Amino acid sequence: MSRILTYREALREGLDEELARDPNVVLMGEEVAQYNGAYKVTEGLWNKWGDKRIVDTPISEAGFIGMGIGASMLGVRPVMELMFWSFHSVAFDQLVSNAACVRYMSGGLCNCPIVVRGPANGGTGVGATHSHIPEGMFAAFPGLKVCVPATPADAKGLIKAAIRDNDPVYFMENTLLYGTTGEVPDVADGDHVVPLGVADVKREGSDISLIAHGRSVIHSLAAAEILQSEHGINAEVLDLRSIRPLDVDAILKTVRKTNRVVLVDESKPFGGVSAMVAMLIQEQAFDYLDAPIKRVCSIDAPAIYSPHIEHEQLPNPRRIVEKVLGMR
Amino acid sequence: MISASPTPLDFASSPINQSLTPQRKIELYTQMVRIRRFEQAALKFYNAGKMAGFLHLYIGQESVAVGTISLGGADDHFITAYRDHGHALAVGMGMNECMAEMFGKQTGCSKGKGGSMHFFAPDKNFWGGHGIVAGQTPLGLGLAYGLKYLGREGCCLCYLGDGAVNQGAFHESLNIAALFGIPVVYVIENNGYSMGTSQKRSSAYNGCLAQRAEAYGIEWDVVNGSDVYEVRAKAHIAMERARKEHKPTVLEIDTYRYYGHSVADANHKKYRTPEEIENYKNNHDPIMVFERKLLEEGVLNDDLVKSINDAAKTEAAASAKFAEESPAPTIADISTDVYWESDNNTPASQIGQHFFND
Ligand SMILES: Cc1ncc(C[n+]2csc(CCOP(=O)(O)OP(=O)(O)O)c2C)c(N)n1
Repeated sequence: MSRILTYREALREGLDEELARDPNVVLMGEEVAQYNGAYKVTEGLWNKWGDKRIVDTPISEAGFIGMGIGASMLGVRPVMELMFWSFHSVAFDQLVSNAACVRYMSGGLCNCPIVVRGPANGGTGVGATHSHIPEGMFAAFPGLKVCVPATPADAKGLIKAAIRDNDPVYFMENTLLYGTTGEVPDVADGDHVVPLGVADVKREGSDISLIAHGRSVIHSLAAAEILQSEHGINAEVLDLRSIRPLDVDAILKTVRKTNRVVLVDESKPFGGVSAMVAMLIQEQAFDYLDAPIKRVCSIDAPAIYSPHIEHEQLPNPRRIVEKVLGMR
Repeated sequence: MISASPTPLDFASSPINQSLTPQRKIELYTQMVRIRRFEQAALKFYNAGKMAGFLHLYIGQESVAVGTISLGGADDHFITAYRDHGHALAVGMGMNECMAEMFGKQTGCSKGKGGSMHFFAPDKNFWGGHGIVAGQTPLGLGLAYGLKYLGREGCCLCYLGDGAVNQGAFHESLNIAALFGIPVVYVIENNGYSMGTSQKRSSAYNGCLAQRAEAYGIEWDVVNGSDVYEVRAKAHIAMERARKEHKPTVLEIDTYRYYGHSVADANHKKYRTPEEIENYKNNHDPIMVFERKLLEEGVLNDDLVKSINDAAKTEAAASAKFAEESPAPTIADISTDVYWESDNNTPASQIGQHFFND
């Protein structure tokens, strides 16, 4: 059985279940407690769990993220909310020098089971400083795990896996997905955990693979419907779900099946997830390709504010369809 | 010595305010009214879906921007956070370019690229509109350092909120400001809240926020923001200290915002009581307080008050019309203003590739 939940509710349910399962799980961040979360992901949790488990912090990202990292070394399991992932810049040193390296530098003596979560996306008209899409950047730091759920079920399953994981997991949500709905397995049917590092075929197809993550999955599914109904092209949509660990087998499998690939990635084209995946495909499945790999990324400039064209800077179904048609 | 300034009493008679002509006083009043009317119009058009993103209203805090910026000379500079409309109008930016920016149009001050949080007018010594809490504080330090380096006798006013004082960047800035002797004045606009968190819940030491300056050997003062005369009197001392002695100051101005943190903040009557908000509106509103003073002084009369308010409303409505009728940026505009060479098509722009779209 399953129920229809929003992405936001699914996340909250996952957090709530882990708070119940493990007394060392603590949620922390700006406005997560009394205000119920800037995006209402943590709504009601402070009422239910109280001040010890749900903690409001000052606007001091370096301080509180670093504090979470330190606490995690001692066995606390902090889930830290960044109001926007764009504010990672303030805490960058803690995120990449401490969390990513401490296990390695200590020869495995210290673990760092922290989760840092919050929205990371463009498309909300908040301009350049608030629209960073940093998953590819953080995936470039060994020691860090990064996941980007696209559906409510994955949001719940992945947050639970992230909290139980013994490494730092950077969990990137999307403000534009919080209100979207989808089926989530019933609580009565048992623990719904989606393991990190497993991609998911969201739509079976035979003619071309659209490889995406986050909101780009939703755009890819919409594009696949247009391609099918208007052009008779049957696209497969692979949702990466985790960027690191990366499900290379699933990527190679879909490429070997369809022999054509368009990568859809909301971040910028230089470096990042799509550049990495394209390189892996050419290294490991070049012989299976019938056409050069193509990408649909955000246009290579800081995020523009203007609501009149912001959606044109980002991937959207039309841009994906045009890219696919251009490959014939 | 470091201390809160002595209690002078009647700020209207402090020298810097004594020198104000009636005409200039009316100008200050008019500027405050224009900011309020502009934002009321912005709120209306935001609610009508004409803008994207956030709208952080400055309503209630007008005396801070107007009082401090009115002291600026040719070499004084200003920088602030995302709640930037008041500072923008006070430095002399036009309503049209500001409103058009919020509408995301080409005619906006940042060509529709920045939005409400990112107004800029370097030609008016205004260096933005910044989105990361306290991210502007080292920039303000740098503007002031630049002034000193270039041998100019000016200072930089850097505005921040009561929540921003807890960021490391601010503390690092204070240390360098004192160490290097930088002509910067940090103006903490203490409206009591950072989003839904009261100052009591975000700052450990609640004696006052400006007092933290003592840790760095920096002078500080606390200012009543309902009185624009007091704002000017105390800011003037700080600015002179910066200009003449190359010494920083931290000023904390007590003020209040009537609306939520942004228009999206529907919770703002939960973390603050309606009585608290009403009390400020009815007893401390900076425009009301100044208006009363000027009526008493005989500088304003009821007719003038009405015509100033009407003119500001008309101007704001016209700016929305201008914004509405202006063209939106095009897709090609997304890729301009990223690199100087590519915009100017210099020889350097022919070497190597800047952009990676296919
Ligand atoms: C580094 C960073 N963290 C969080 C935010 C989100 N945020 C924007 S404004 C704000 C509250 C700031 O309050 P304060 O400094 O008191 O200024 P005010 O809004 O009252 O003017 C928060 C949490 C941000 N923009 N940047």
